[in-house]
Amino acid sequence: MQVQLIRRKKNLIVRLKGELDHHTADIFRHSVEKELKKKGNQNLIINVTGLTFMDSSGIGVILGRYKQVKDKGGQVAICGLDKHHQRILQLGGLLNIIPVFGNESQALINLK
Amino acid sequence: MKEYKLENSANYMLLEIPAQSENESFVRVVVAAFAARLDPTLEEINELKTAVSEAVTNGILHAYDYGKGVIRIFVSVDNQHLSVEVHDFGKGIADIARAREPLYTEKPELERSGMGFTIMENFMDDLLVESKPGQGTVVKMLKIFGKTAEINH
Ligand SMILES: Nc1ncnc2c1ncn2[C@@H]1O[C@H](COP(=O)(O)OP(=O)(O)OP(=O)(O)O)[C@@H](O)[C@H]1O
Ligand SMILES: [Mg+2]
Repeated sequence: MQVQLIRRKKNLIVRLKGELDHHTADIFRHSVEKELKKKGNQNLIINVTGLTFMDSSGIGVILGRYKQVKDKGGQVAICGLDKHHQRILQLGGLLNIIPVFGNESQALINLK
Repeated sequence: MKEYKLENSANYMLLEIPAQSENESFVRVVVAAFAARLDPTLEEINELKTAVSEAVTNGILHAYDYGKGVIRIFVSVDNQHLSVEVHDFGKGIADIARAREPLYTEKPELERSGMGFTIMENFMDDLLVESKPGQGTVVKMLKIFGKTAEINH
């Protein structure tokens, strides 16, 4: 899996590409964790458009980042979800707490 | 727990891997390739791959607690029915009912969500878990392909 990080003022955009599973979840976790520690109050936008696979490891690692961002008063958004990945995150209860947008710019407009 | 009932299967494959996370992706792809003969929809393949990933990951993550071990995957096909068995020979599950509950996980510190079994149940047509503490676990899953096509017909 490839992880691309982009800064837009107080928002951190993370673009995931490839397969998100138990083997690769740590790549996502560590790169985002490190970047979030650099500054205080900020939002996280997770773009999953490029994901070709996800299992329950995705639920755990996204929830972990949600808690991390929330603790510092930031917001989290997801964009680019396809139907299958949406079902997985829905089962994990994530879609009740994290808003979903079609693309990055819609997420950026809606986050404070 | 090592009986695969080969004589009853029209066609089958057997795969063994060491319990290492880098093999998870490989197993998913192999099982999906085996299922290709059933002319699956993209949705069916996605569901199968995710469910297989859950079962194999559990074997790697929970059965051996990072020690050495193997995972054996047995897949058989009979008409439109695909059966997948994931065997490990690790510590086993003492309380299967509790393990299958949504959100139950023994490893929250590793950011596991406790949704593996729930996903297997949702994405497959049947799920059976057999386990003996100290001996290992077998997860048996059944998927019936072409259900929506039949209904539309
Ligand atoms: N093969 C196994 N060997 C031993 N224990 C297992 C095995 N599979 C599952 N378990 C136990 O069942 C629990 C629930 O499994 P499940 O897959 O639902 O959640 P998880 O693996 O903890 O988290 P997630 O799958 O969401 O990452 C595990 O936490 C573990 O205690
Ligand atoms: Mg699991």
